[in-house]
Amino acid sequence: MSAKRPVPVPTPETEPYWAAARQGQLVIQRCGDCGEHCFYPRLVCPACMSDALRWVPCSGRATVYSWTEVRRAPGAFADDVPYVVGLVELEEGPRMLTWIRSERPEAVRIGMGVKVAFEPVSDDITLPVFVVDDA
Amino acid sequence: MTAPDFRKRAIIAGVAESDIGRTPHLTELQLHAQAAKRALENAGIAKADVDGILSVTSARAVRMPAIQVAEYLGIIPAYTDSTSIGGSAFEAMVQHAAMAIAAGLCRTCLITYGSTQRSSAARSLTGTAAESWLPAAQFDMPYGLPMMAGAYALAAQRHMHLYGTRPEQLAEIAVAARAWARLNPRAWSREPLTVEDVLASPMISTPLRRLDCCLVTDGGGAVVVTSADRAPDLPHAPIHIWGSAEAHTHSSIAQMPDLTRTPAAITGPAAFNSAGITPRDIDVAEIYDSFTITTLMSLEDLGFCVKGEGGPFSEGGRLGPGGAFPINTHGGGLSYTHPGMFGIFLIIEAVRQLRRECGERQVANANLALCHGTGGALSSGATLILGREAR
Repeated sequence: MSAKRPVPVPTPETEPYWAAARQGQLVIQRCGDCGEHCFYPRLVCPACMSDALRWVPCSGRATVYSWTEVRRAPGAFADDVPYVVGLVELEEGPRMLTWIRSERPEAVRIGMGVKVAFEPVSDDITLPVFVVDDA
Repeated sequence: MTAPDFRKRAIIAGVAESDIGRTPHLTELQLHAQAAKRALENAGIAKADVDGILSVTSARAVRMPAIQVAEYLGIIPAYTDSTSIGGSAFEAMVQHAAMAIAAGLCRTCLITYGSTQRSSAARSLTGTAAESWLPAAQFDMPYGLPMMAGAYALAAQRHMHLYGTRPEQLAEIAVAARAWARLNPRAWSREPLTVEDVLASPMISTPLRRLDCCLVTDGGGAVVVTSADRAPDLPHAPIHIWGSAEAHTHSSIAQMPDLTRTPAAITGPAAFNSAGITPRDIDVAEIYDSFTITTLMSLEDLGFCVKGEGGPFSEGGRLGPGGAFPINTHGGGLSYTHPGMFGIFLIIEAVRQLRRECGERQVANANLALCHGTGGALSSGATLILGREAR
């Protein structure tokens, strides 16, 4: 093992997201003025510039917008290859980068339904990941 | 009544590369300076006449690139620009230089770049070690997407899904680049290359293989932009700026509005509109090839083929020597050189093609050239349309 894995360091702006993830909940922000959801966390709404952003729970359901199976990884992840990094579109609208965990990575497809799961990577940080949604 | 186009007030007078490839004996600043000296000599313009400096560097230690380069060269500029938008910076800088010259802020601009990315082993798959509060540090980097290959792989995967684009078609872009590189004595990779070779190269991040990815080299370049009224006094016929545009759609790949629609979809139409021509009028194109998918989607978005047809369009040697649509005639970032930000080399080659200086790789009757730079994770785009004759 070489490089250290990048583990998120929460800021006051992002702490509610990481606190919820520790509890097994996915939360993002929603604008109290225009109603748009946004991710990542911000001070102002990227749709309308309002600062009335509030944390709201997500359904946890998403679809795969794109994905890639990583075969040659950055140093800290070299022992994990192959793994699937996905860009998923939440039911609420925003997209997020994540891991797609599957027994059959070769079966991952764009448009496939996935649902959130949680993987602790340190005492403080739990990463949202997505698994194939059989529902 | 509209004001005359600012682009008509400026010309490109000189271009040059520094030493390129592997240059462990040179620092980044020396590469800037070497390219600057050669480009000024090529332009027939004295350093004393330079009053604008536009520089950017991939070394994060250089926080104020333009004034660092100005100091090193002994220039006190009236205008500087350190636009940091990745590989497209230089196409944007030509536009910025023309604006500054047209506005009377300066008369002669020197655009420079230098990078020792190969010798200093500065490129890694980890990506930029970001400040921990940056969005990408918190929400992208923990998932180990190899940068930049992984970001472009996500785009390639979706393009394949939507349009049926095949790995063989991406490989054609690398093969065409290599065929051009074989005609360029300065190119880094010159051995023959086939589609089968590309497909047999190791997978980095599906669907992109090693030979879908650009080189890692050292090198620098410089471009001299000056006031159009100086043209009669210069040794080379001027190269004219017909059209230009820039657009920037996101920073992180996770925030890209549409993974298969690059900023070129904005800059292409805008640049053609400013030039008063259409894609059919272009004789030679230099289109950023950080990855094969970069070029394939840019060809579509710039309007050289319809959306989704970039794969078929790239087949059959169309893009290579003797093909119907010559691109990346120096061999591109895939086979010629790629020191971190490749955009300046697109301009250098376009100018040489329009001047008909390219020897074996010269495109016949090259009168109008297009350069399109792409920066970041398909984040920024800047297009230039250059002409041998005045517009």
